[in-house]
Order: sequence, then structure tokens, then C-alpha cells
Amino acid sequence: MDITINILLTIATAATPLLIAAIGELVVERSGVLNLGVEGMMIMGAVGGFGAGYLTGSPWIGLLAAIIVGALFSLLFAVMTLSLATNQVATGLSLTLLGLGLSGMIGTSFVGQPGVRLPNLDIPGLSSIPVVGKLIFGQDPVFYISIALTAAVMWFLFRTRTGLTLRSIGDSHTSAHALGIKVIRYRYLAVIFGGACAGLAGGHLSLVYTPQWVENMSAGRGWIALALVVFASWRPWRVLAGAYIFGAVWIGQLHAQAFGIPVPSQFLSSLPYLATIVVLVLISRNKRLTMMNTPASLGQPFVPDR
Amino acid sequence: MGGTVSANHDRANLLEVRGLTKTFGTLTACDHIDLNIAKGEIHALLGENGAGKSTLVKMLFGSLEPNSGEIFWDGKPVKITSPGVAKKLGIGMVFQHFSLFEALTAAENIALSLNDGSPISTIAAKARALSFSYGLPLDPDSLVGDLSVGERQRIEIIRCLLQTPQLIILDEPTSVLTPQEADKLFETLERLRSEGKSILYISHRLEEVKRICDRATVLRHGKVVGHCNPREETAASLARMMVGSEVKAVVRAPAEGIETAPALLEIRGLSRKPATPFAIPLKNINLTVRAGEVIGIAGVAGNGQGEFFESVSGEVLQQDAGSVRIRGKDAGAISITGRRLMGAAFVPEERLGHGAAPRMKLSENLLLSRHATDGKAFVGSGGMVKNGSVYSAAQRIITAMDVRKSAPDPEAAALSGGNLQKFIVGRELDRKPSVMVVNQPTWGVDAGAAAHIRQALIELARSGSAVLVISQDLDELFELSDAIAVMHNGELSKPLPIAEATFEKIGLLMGGAEPGHAEHGMEVA
Repeated sequence: MDITINILLTIATAATPLLIAAIGELVVERSGVLNLGVEGMMIMGAVGGFGAGYLTGSPWIGLLAAIIVGALFSLLFAVMTLSLATNQVATGLSLTLLGLGLSGMIGTSFVGQPGVRLPNLDIPGLSSIPVVGKLIFGQDPVFYISIALTAAVMWFLFRTRTGLTLRSIGDSHTSAHALGIKVIRYRYLAVIFGGACAGLAGGHLSLVYTPQWVENMSAGRGWIALALVVFASWRPWRVLAGAYIFGAVWIGQLHAQAFGIPVPSQFLSSLPYLATIVVLVLISRNKRLTMMNTPASLGQPFVPDR
Repeated sequence: MGGTVSANHDRANLLEVRGLTKTFGTLTACDHIDLNIAKGEIHALLGENGAGKSTLVKMLFGSLEPNSGEIFWDGKPVKITSPGVAKKLGIGMVFQHFSLFEALTAAENIALSLNDGSPISTIAAKARALSFSYGLPLDPDSLVGDLSVGERQRIEIIRCLLQTPQLIILDEPTSVLTPQEADKLFETLERLRSEGKSILYISHRLEEVKRICDRATVLRHGKVVGHCNPREETAASLARMMVGSEVKAVVRAPAEGIETAPALLEIRGLSRKPATPFAIPLKNINLTVRAGEVIGIAGVAGNGQGEFFESVSGEVLQQDAGSVRIRGKDAGAISITGRRLMGAAFVPEERLGHGAAPRMKLSENLLLSRHATDGKAFVGSGGMVKNGSVYSAAQRIITAMDVRKSAPDPEAAALSGGNLQKFIVGRELDRKPSVMVVNQPTWGVDAGAAAHIRQALIELARSGSAVLVISQDLDELFELSDAIAVMHNGELSKPLPIAEATFEKIGLLMGGAEPGHAEHGMEVA
């Protein structure tokens, strides 16, 4: 029983950074901007979060710093692509490269240093309920943030007028501009929100998952988050499902490898990617729904003609 | 040149424009435009494509910034820096190229322009009520992407009316409406005028302008060439003012020996299930188009014309290969390219994104649609594109159709609607196809260009091809067709020979009176 709970807990820990980064990117893409710099913003958040936590000794200040660093780093992307209308794909890729390099440089003195870890939630009485206690009341704070964030983004996008406006910009920025909607301002805010989320996801890596600084510790999670958004056809609950499927198969194959199952380890390592794509493609079979949810102006620079 | 501006001295001006100028590079789109719109009048803005009407209107709505000139609203100078400012002043706009969001519902589209916090359901109810009271029925929950052009325009109009503006700008509003719908729109506009609202009415349909407009301002090449009272003018004199020369009337020589001519396009029991929950199913459609004739298909927007065109063109394949026959051969299971190779040509309804790739050059668009049929001419050994011959073919079409453009080989999106349509129709005509199917050949196209396109279609038929025209413009169908069939709710009536067809008969069929059993419904076939 304990093993099952522990596995479930590790799945949640593995899925949380993917979920947060993907939910942030989902909002960005819903506004019609394709930011391929998730990996870079994530690693910057990780190094910023670790550094602030290490220097102040407070993991909470570390987490806050991770969010701010991610948001500031995405601001660079926003200025380039929104104000200067550069190519979003190229700018996003360079943001990732810059983030990986810059974080390595900043983090040289942090390597090997003991980090601080965000404590798990511990509600007296509740957290010690057998089985569900630890799962529901005993996880790290970022886990709860990730779930709340998903619900909030879902509510924001589909239940509020501002969310509707954001989706409309993603559908057609020219139509939105013709109606007098401030396209660039909305997109700035969306990109910064996405950056803050990626930073938070990075902070989770260096303050919860493995509370230390290792160069390239994001290990491609930003790219997985990006893929999740597309395969989940830009719908929040599917991103959540995708992140947890990925986390589950990831943890599952680790255990399978440990048991020495006679299957090539390379195949097992590729399973999470395969399983996630297959499941998300299967649940996105409804072409009509997919078309409705695909931001039609994704990746196109917008220059108002005045 | 007609009357003078003095006609409305007794009424206060709601909007006054003095010397408004807008240049794009070396092109002066609007050159010192003066325009006065009085309270409670319907003011027509006339001009050919490229005359500067859209640019002027965009400046009035704040989407474009003028280089110089002044705008007075209610006598006070104003700067309209954004559509938001225009809306606050009380200017509402119905766009020609709709500013709708396809992935959202009609009600959500309306909500986006209202800026009030009321829930979508309230807005939907308001929109539904308003749309029915003005005779423009609208389902607020339908997805815009599933709607026809005509239905989309209703959303634009309702959206504008819900903002209760003082000045309503309508850009080609009736080009997609049936005569009955247009009549209802005119009633609406007259009602709004009686409520003291002003309307700036952009149209190329001169009869309409004569019917409902109090005054007219005529633009040509970016300059005001005259103000007049349209009621005192004739359609011909208005057209002359717009174009600067006489507009040639479309000539349709009587078709002879059609009954014995070979059937080039046959539709036999064509049915199709709805592709989406909002789409119209096609029900057992039968039609024969013979060499030498033009058959027109009339109908209210969204009665299955789009689905029918997709089935005939091969965008959607049929289960029954015999349900579409081209030149006597089954084509129902053959793709668009295959059908083109059999001698057919197709012009879809949407110019940008469907008929042409917006960001590609005209010559590239030519290659896209004709690489298979003109493989030898355009593609050399090893699959290399012969750019020179594609370019010269594009130039040949541009000359033949009198396409006006700003560069030798511009992007499709850089052309005005009418000029792009001339190119797209010309691209197909250039092949001398034996079967030509056109959906809305002259939607949003000015009088001169429309006459050119229609004449070219008639001449194609008379030279021995079968031409099928789907249109919501009845004037056009009466000008073009040898027989008119009506599509209603996915069913097609028998074609009515033009000698027997009247606006009333066709109008009744469009409204759903006995589809398939038209009185005197002798099949032309």
C-alpha cells in the first residue's frame, strides 16, 4: 500500500512542473503567440529560484524569485516579437538557447551547494489519514498551485469576458484589432503570464523535485510542455491529463527498469513520450472541436496598419 | 453633375470631414476628401474598387490614421484614434470583409464588441430578439465558422445595431442578401433614419442607392468627383460618374440548339449527410448543364449551396461515383485535380484563403491551381517550375481580365476584392474549360468588374462550354442565366427557363415554396 502511495506521490511530483509550464504556454498560444522559449524560461526560473533560496535560506523567497525571473525573461521575448514583430519561432528558439547558457553561467557557484526544499503540506490530523491523507493533504505546495492554476485558467478562458477576448485575439488578430481590442497589450500580458508559469515550473525543479542546482536540470521538460499544449488541442483539462499520463508512464518505466524487465531501456525511456502522444491524439479525434480550439493566428506577427 | 450639397442646409451635420488625406507610400488612397453627413439621412458613398471608399471609412472608424485633414462630430473637432474612440462617439460599422471570429459563436462575437459585462446568455437573448424584430433571423449559439457569408453579415449588422450608434457605416451590406432580406434591411434602415440616426451606405448596386439614399458622394481615384441626389439620377448616370466612362451592359445572345447539345455536367441523385451539426444535408439533387448554356442556382445564403459546390468540385468525394458526371464520365469519386483534368474548372466563394493563397504572388497562385492541368507548360523536366512561363501566363490573364494592381506580380492579398476575383475567374477561363462551376462570381465586386466577369462567363458558354453559376445576387442570375434553379434547405428545384422566370417566382422558391416542383418546371435538360 505504501509503495502505491509513494508511486502516486512521485507521479504528481513529476507531472507538476510539466503541467504548470504547459498551462502557462497554453494561455500564451491561446492569444496567438508561439513562444518556443519555455525550456529557457524554465531553466532561468530554476537557477533564479535556487539562487534566491540558497542566499536567503527561504524556499518561499526562492519560489517567488523563480516566478519573477521567468516573467522578466519572457518580457525579452515579448518586446522582440510583439513590439519589434520579429519571427516568433526564431526568437523563441534563441530564448531557449540563451536561457540554457545564461543559467549555466549564473549557476557555476551554486553547483554542489546544498539547496533548500519547500516543505510538504502537513495539516495535523488530516495529513495522517491513511491512504488519502498524504495524497490530498500532504504534498508540496506547488502541487496545489498547479491544480488551482489549471482550474483558474479554465475558468478564465471559458467563463470570463477577458478570457473570451484573449481567445478571440488568438483566432484573428486583425478582426480583434478592427473591433478596437488592444491586441498587443493582451499578448504582452499573456506572454508574461506564460513566463511566470515557466519560471514557477523551474522553481519546482530546483526547490522541490531535486533541491539543488545542476546545469541543464530542466532536461527537455520545456519541450514536453510545448508538445503537451499542441497534442491537448489547447484545452486545459487535457493538458492536465497529458501531464499526468506522461508522469505516470515516466515513473512506471523507471520502476520497470529497476525490476530488470527484459525490454531495451531505450524503448522504456521513450514510452512516456509515445504513450502521451497516443492518448492525446485519441482524445482529440473530434476534428470539429480541435478546429474550434486551435488558435488560427498562432505564430503570426501582428503589425497594426496605421 | 447632379444636385448640390445645399440640399440639407436645414439639418445639422452629424459628421463633417474636411480635406481628409491618406497616402500609402506613393499611392494617395484618399486625396482631400470632403464629406458631410446630416442627422437622419442615408448617405451613399459610391465608387469603384480602389476608389478609396474603404480607406475613407477605415479612417472614420479609427482603424487607419489620416495623414492630414479634419473630422468634426456634432460640430466639434475630433481625433478618431482607434475603433474604440469611434464606438464611444457613436459610430458603428458593418464591415465588408467581416471582422468575425470563426472559432466563436455568434453571441460571443457580439459580446466582444459590446464592452459591457452582461453574461453571454443575456446578449444572446437580446441579439435573437433584435434580429427577429428586424427580420434578420439569427441563431446566437451557432458557430461562425459554420455559417454562410450571408448569415455572417447578419451577425455584423446585429452587432452594430446592439451598440445603438448615431452613425452606422454599412460596407456593401446587401451583396449577400436575397431581395426579400434586402427589403427588410431597407425597412430597418428607414426605421433607423426615422429614429434620427444617420447611415453611410457604401454600395455598388445603383438601383438600391437610388431607392433608399438621400444624398450621394461619388469617389474616383481617391478624389471626390461629385455630390448628387441619387433620386434625380439614373443608374447609368451614376455609373458614369463612378467609372468616368460608360459601363458596358452585359450582352447575352440567345442560346440555340441547347436541347440537343451534349450534357457536359450531370448531377444524378446527389445526396450528402451534414458534415457538421450545423451544416445542411443535400437531398437527391438532379441537374444537367449542357454545352453552350449557363444555368444559375439561386437561393438564400446557407441553404446548402456551399455543400453543393464542395461536392461538385470534388473537395468532398461522393459515395456514388455516378452522382457527378463530367463530360459523360463518372467523376463522383475523383479528386479536384482529377476533375480539372477531365476539363472542369471551379471558382469557390471565398477569394482569400480558398480561391487564392493570400500571401503568395498571383503567378504562384496560378501555378497552385493549374500545375496538373498545365503540367507541360508550367513544369519542366525533373519537376522544375518554369517560372518564366508561369509569369507570362499570369500576365496574359491580368491583361485579358483587366486586373488593376500596384506591382507587376503582387501578392493576392494586395489586390482589391474585385480585381482578385477577376484574376481568379480569369485563371480558370484561360484554360477554356468545358465545364465551369462558379460560386458567387461577383460578390463585393464593383459594376465595371462584375460586368466584365459576367460577360466572360456568357462568352465561355456560347463557345461551347457548360457553365454553372451559384449566386445570391438575383440581378446577376437574370443577367447571366439561360435557366435558373433554386436551392432551398438542401433541395434543388427544377431549372426555370429564363423566359418564364420572374423575381416573384424565384423569390417564392427561395422562401421554400414547393422545392423541386416549380410551376412550369420543365427541365431544360
